[in-house]
Amino acid sequence: MALLEIKNVTRRFGDFAAVDNVSLSIEAGEFFTLLGPSGCGKTTILRMIAGFYLPDSGQILLDGKDLADTPPEKRPVRTVFQSYALFPHMTVAQNIAFPLKMARCAPQDIQKRTRETLEQVRLADKAEHYPNELSGGQQQRVALGRALVSHPRLLLLDEPLAALDAKLREEMQLELISLQREVGVTFVFVTHAQDEALALSHRIAVMNRGRVEQVDEPSKLYGFPQSRFVADFIGHINMMDAQVIEAAHGHTRLAIPGLGEITAPPVAGVTAGGLASGAKGAFAIRPEQVRIGIHGEAAELKNHFPGEVRNLLYRGDVTVYKVHLANGLMVEALLPNSAPGRAEIFEVGDTVSIGWRHDAGVFLHA
Amino acid sequence: MRDNRSRLSPAARLTKWLVSSPPFAFLLLFFVAPGIIMVFASFRYPGEFGGLAPIIAADPNTLHGFTLETYRFFFGDFIYTEIFAKSFLVALATTLICLIMAYPLALLIARSPKNRRDLMVLLVILPFASNFLIRIYAWMILLGPQAALSLLVNGLLGAFGVAPVRLLFSPFAVLVALVYVHLPFMVLPLYTNLEKHDPALLDAARDLGANAWQRFWRVTFPLSLPGIFSGSTLVFIPVLGMFAIPDILGGTGDMLIGNLIKEQFLGTRDWPFGSTLSIMLTITVLACVWFAARLGGRRRRHA
Ligand SMILES: Nc1ncnc2c1ncn2[C@@H]1O[C@H](COP(=O)(O)OP(=O)(O)OP(=O)(O)O)[C@@H](O)[C@H]1O
Ligand SMILES: [Mg+2]
Repeated sequence: MALLEIKNVTRRFGDFAAVDNVSLSIEAGEFFTLLGPSGCGKTTILRMIAGFYLPDSGQILLDGKDLADTPPEKRPVRTVFQSYALFPHMTVAQNIAFPLKMARCAPQDIQKRTRETLEQVRLADKAEHYPNELSGGQQQRVALGRALVSHPRLLLLDEPLAALDAKLREEMQLELISLQREVGVTFVFVTHAQDEALALSHRIAVMNRGRVEQVDEPSKLYGFPQSRFVADFIGHINMMDAQVIEAAHGHTRLAIPGLGEITAPPVAGVTAGGLASGAKGAFAIRPEQVRIGIHGEAAELKNHFPGEVRNLLYRGDVTVYKVHLANGLMVEALLPNSAPGRAEIFEVGDTVSIGWRHDAGVFLHA
Repeated sequence: MRDNRSRLSPAARLTKWLVSSPPFAFLLLFFVAPGIIMVFASFRYPGEFGGLAPIIAADPNTLHGFTLETYRFFFGDFIYTEIFAKSFLVALATTLICLIMAYPLALLIARSPKNRRDLMVLLVILPFASNFLIRIYAWMILLGPQAALSLLVNGLLGAFGVAPVRLLFSPFAVLVALVYVHLPFMVLPLYTNLEKHDPALLDAARDLGANAWQRFWRVTFPLSLPGIFSGSTLVFIPVLGMFAIPDILGGTGDMLIGNLIKEQFLGTRDWPFGSTLSIMLTITVLACVWFAARLGGRRRRHA
C-alpha cells in the first residue's frame, strides 16, 4: 500500500479549479517532486496534504486512512515553508524543540532530540542564535531540522531552495538528498525548476493548470515525455508537426510537412494498428540526439536532411547550433566540444547535414 | 551609520539642522525649561498670596530663600505616599483592563480583510472627534441614579435584598471613564504590531502540532510584547497624571495625584509643594518608563 494516496482531488477557488481531479500515489521512503510552472496548483496540493485546505472533492489517504477529519496540527505531516517561517523570537534550539514541546515530550527527551537534530543539520554551534542572525542557508537548515525533529511520516517542502543563490542551492540539493537518505522520511518536494526536480527526485509529477500531465522517473520523463507540455517544460527539445503514415509494432513512419518521411520509435502504449494512419501530432527530439555533419556526412542515418547554420551559441562544454531546414523549421543540435582548442566546427552560413537515429525522438499524439 | 553621517555634504548637514531644530527648540522651551523652573520652585517658600516667596527679602523676618521644607512635608505625612500608591494602582488597573479589552479587538481588526481594517481603526478613534469633557459629562448621565444602568443594578441588588449602591461619584465611575478614554491608546499600538505578524508563522506553528491556545501563547503573544509595552506606556502615564475624570466622576475620597497637584496650584496656592508633587510624579513616571524599556529591551535582540 502506498504511504500517501491522493484520489481524484479537486480544489476550487471560486469558479477556478486550482487543482483539478488529481490522483497521485506516493510510496514510503520516496523523494517525490511536484513540478510545474507558477500557478499550476503545487502549493494548493501541499496545503491540502498538510490540512490547511480541504479538497472540494476526492480523498487524501495516509497509510490508508482518510485525513479529511484530521486537522493540520494532528497530522503526522510537516511542512518546510518557502519563507521558512522560523519563529523570530525563539533561538535556533527553541525553534527546533517547538514541535516536541507541543507534543509534551519529557524535558530530557526534548533536550536529547534537539541536540541530535542540531547535529544532523550541522547547526550545533548556532543553537543559541536567533534566526535573524543566520544566513539563508542556515535558516533553511533550521526549518528542515524543526520539521524533521519529531520524525514525521511525510515531509512537505514548498520551493525550499528558491531563495538561495545558485551555488548554495546546489549545495543544499546535495544535502537534501543525503538528509533524506539518512532519515528515511518520505519527501514531497515542490519546485518549478526542472533541473532541480531531475537532480533530486525518485519520481516527478509534472503539473499543468491544476492537472497532472505525467508521473515518471526523471530519466523516463526526459527521454519519453508523453505530452507536448512535458516535452517542452523539461529540458530543451525540437518539436515538429507530424502526421502518422504507419504505426507498426517496431517503428512508426511519420510525414513531416515540407521535409518528407521519417522513421521514429513505436508510440508508447499503442499496439500495432492502434494509431490510425493520418493521426496528427508532433515529433519531438532532444538537441543532443541530433547529429550535425558536413553536407552529406550524416547520410548514413536513416533520418537526415540538409540545412544551413543560422546561429550558434558557444557554451563551453558544448556548442548549440541552430540549423535552418528546407521547410523553414529551425532545429537545435548540440555538439560537445571535446576536441581541445576547437570552439566550433561549423560557422554561421555553412551548409550542413543533420540527422538522427531511427530510434531517437518521440511522437506525441495531439 | 556613523560613516554615512560623516559623508554628508555641508548643505545636507545644514538641512538636517534646520529640519530638526524647531521641534528641538520647542521641547527645550516648553518641557526642559518649565522643568527646571519647577525644580527651583520646589525648594522655595510659598508666597503669602500664592506664587513664591522672594529669594532675598527686604524684611529678614518674612520667609525667603531656599528650603527643603516641602520635601520634609511630603515624606513626613504618609497620606501623600498613600495617594501616590493609590494613583499607581488605579493607573495599573486601568492599564490592565484596557489591555484585556483591547487585545481581542486589536486581534480582530488585524485579522480582518485588508479593506475593512481602515474602517475599523477609524471607528476606534472616532470618539476623539468629540470633546473630551463632553464625553466625561456623558458618563455622568449614563451612570446617574435615574439612568438605566443604575436602575438595573439596584433592581437586581434589591431582589437579593442588598442595599442600593451609587454608581456615580465612586471609584467605579472613575475607573470606567479612565478605561473608556484610554482604550484607543491601547488598541492602536497593539493593532499596529499584530497587523505586521507573518501569518505563515501561525501556519507553521499549527503544522508543528500547536493547538489554537498554544499558537496564541507561544507565537502571537510573545511577538506582540512590543505593542503591549507601547500601549501600556501610552495608557499608564496619562492616567497617572489625570485629574479631570476623578474631579467630575469621583467622590471626595477618589483623589489622585493629579487632583492633589491641581489643588496646590489652584486651591491652596502652595506652588512649592505643588512643584514637589509634580517632580515626584515625574520621577515615578520616568522610573516606570525605564523599567518598561528594560523589560522590553531584553527581547530586542531578535527584532
Ligand atoms: N487562497 C486563494 N484564493 C484564490 N485563489 C487562489 C488561492 N490560492 C491559490 N489560488 C490560485 O490557485 C492557483 C494555484 O495556486 P498555487 O499557489 O497552488 O500555485 P503554485 O503552483 O504553488 O504556484 P507558484 O509556483 O507560483 O507558487 C493560482 O492560480 C492561484 O492564483
Ligand atoms: Mg507555490
